[in-house]
Formats: sequence, C-alpha cells, structure tokens
Amino acid sequence: MIVRLMGEGQLDVAADDLSALNTLDAELESAIESGDETAFRAALHALLDNVRKVGTPLPADSLAPSELILPPADAHIDEVRSMLGDEGLIPD
Amino acid sequence: MSVMKRMSMIFKSKANKALDRMEDPRETLDYSYQRQLEMLQKVRRGVADVATSRKRLELQINQLEGQQTKLTEQGKKALQVGREDLAREALTRRAGLDSQLGDLRAQYQQLQGEEEKLTLASQRLQAKVDSFRTRKETIKATYTAAEAQTKINEAFSGISEEMGDVGLAIQRAEEKTETMKARAGAIDELLASGALEDFSGPKDDIQAELDRMGSGPGVDLELERLKAELGQGPAPKELSQGTPTAQPQQQPHDTPQQAPWPQNPGGAQ
Repeated sequence: MIVRLMGEGQLDVAADDLSALNTLDAELESAIESGDETAFRAALHALLDNVRKVGTPLPADSLAPSELILPPADAHIDEVRSMLGDEGLIPD
Repeated sequence: MSVMKRMSMIFKSKANKALDRMEDPRETLDYSYQRQLEMLQKVRRGVADVATSRKRLELQINQLEGQQTKLTEQGKKALQVGREDLAREALTRRAGLDSQLGDLRAQYQQLQGEEEKLTLASQRLQAKVDSFRTRKETIKATYTAAEAQTKINEAFSGISEEMGDVGLAIQRAEEKTETMKARAGAIDELLASGALEDFSGPKDDIQAELDRMGSGPGVDLELERLKAELGQGPAPKELSQGTPTAQPQQQPHDTPQQAPWPQNPGGAQ
C-alpha cells in the first residue's frame, strides 16, 4: 500500500505493517479531536517514524496515487484540522 | 474515518474535480502538463527566494558577530587600562547582541532546512513531470479519446497529488520566508539607526574613550598612580584578564552577566 508523507515523498508499506500504523493513526485522530497539541505531535511523529522505518521509498518518477497520506512533520494541529475540513489547505 | 485515509480522499477529490472540468481527455493531458511546468517554475522560484533570505541572514549574522568580537576586545582593553566602567558597558552591550545572534542562528537553521526540503521536492516533481510527459505522448499515440480516459485518470491522479503536496510546501515556505524577511528588515533598520550601535562608526563612544586614553597607560591610570604616591588612594590592582575586580561604580549600571571572554564568538557556518 502506498503512503505519502507530505513534503517527503511516497513509500510502499507492506500489508503486515499496516495494523501498527492504524493504531497510531487512531491516536492521531483522537488527539486532533481533543485539540491536544502535545498528544498530536507525539502521535504524528510516531506515525511518520514508523512509516519511514517499514516503508520502501517509491522511485521519484512513479505516477501512482497514494492510498494513505500523512501531514508534514512540522504541521500544527490547527493546520491539519483545516486540511481535513471542507475548505482544505491543499491548493487546487 | 482515519486521518491518513481522509487526507488521501481530499487529494483524490481535488484531482477528480479538475478532471471533470475537461471535455476532451487529450486536452486534459496537455492542460495538466502546462500546469505542471508552471508549478515547477514556482518551486524553483521558491527555492531561490529561500536561498536569498538565508544569505541575507548570513550577512547579518556576520555583521553582528564582528561587533560582538569588537566589544569583547574593547572590554579587555578597557580592563587593561583600569576602566572597569567602560568594560562593563561593553559587556552589557555585548549581552544584547548575544540574544539577537542566538535567535538569528536558529532562524538560519530553519531556513536551511526549508531550502533543502524544497530542493528535494523540486527534484521529485521534475522526475514525475518527465514521466508524465512520456506517458502523455504514449496515450495520445495509442488510444482513441474514448479509450484514453482510464489511462489519463491514472496518470493524472498521481501527478496531481504531487502537485498538491508541493503546492502546500511552497505556501508554507513562503509564509516562513515572509516572517524572516520582516525580521531581517527590522534588524537592518536597527543596524542603520545605530540602535544596535554600529561600534565601528563615529558613534563608538567606548572606542573614543579608549582612544582618548591613548594606547599607553591612560590619563586616569596616571592619575591613580600619582594619587597613590601622594597617599590619596589605593594603587590600581593588577588586573588579570577575565576577572574584573568588583570596584564600587561611580554610576550605577545594570549588572551584566559575568561571562568569561568567548574564545570564538562565531558559530554560524
């Protein structure tokens, strides 16, 4: 499964490694909902580190879309919340 | 729904909206390719912009470091001629520069990181754009308009995700660079106005005072000696570098941090 780390590129993650990612992803989600910046930061960095560890970088010229996308490491909780909102921050 | 999944769907829906606007799929290919080339230009401009800000910061850091060194030297010289009040003044001013420099160096690091990230992003996008161009020509040559749609969608969603990612990276870098520019401008103004004291200029009262005392033993020092000979006061102590003796001040000053003389006030590469 292809995962994009925003600002870093895409990695291919084996299906077996996904369950660990999902646990961390759930933590990230609840941190965003509760607005807890510290928990958010910890969860985001754990998730990114994990993807970097288990994933294999895709070649730069690959045109495959990603199944999963993660915000950049230095993103603020409010920034991510607005990315996920209706407005979105992603430029057209 | 999970954060990772939601983010991915947001990107996909953006790509789909763009595709829906197109009548002829082949037109989509050409139009998209143009957009990609524009984005590449934008990323390169972004990298250049960040690099310019970084160089400006570097110059300011060097300027302030020069002043820091000079103040340290002046402090030493003042102590050598027994003027602890001047030495204290020089150190107080240096302490102000120290905190400015600390901030600037941290910002410099940040800009360096930003520049590196954008450079890599630009290389990734370039590789994808080249790959898209090849794919585009193949699709145009091989498929009819009706057949091409699926192939186009595949190629388009991958590149459009990359464009969204790099577009956001550029936006964030621009915001950071703007903040830095404002700050660098403020420091330039301070330097120009003398509020940070351009100690090499005519405003350098410490240097003027030291010069007035001459390079040999100062007038005041002579005065102290004469007084001592006449039994009117204590002879000046031999001052060892870096340990100014605490003498009562004629004018009260804020007590600066008693920092040891830095051997190398530089730090930014």
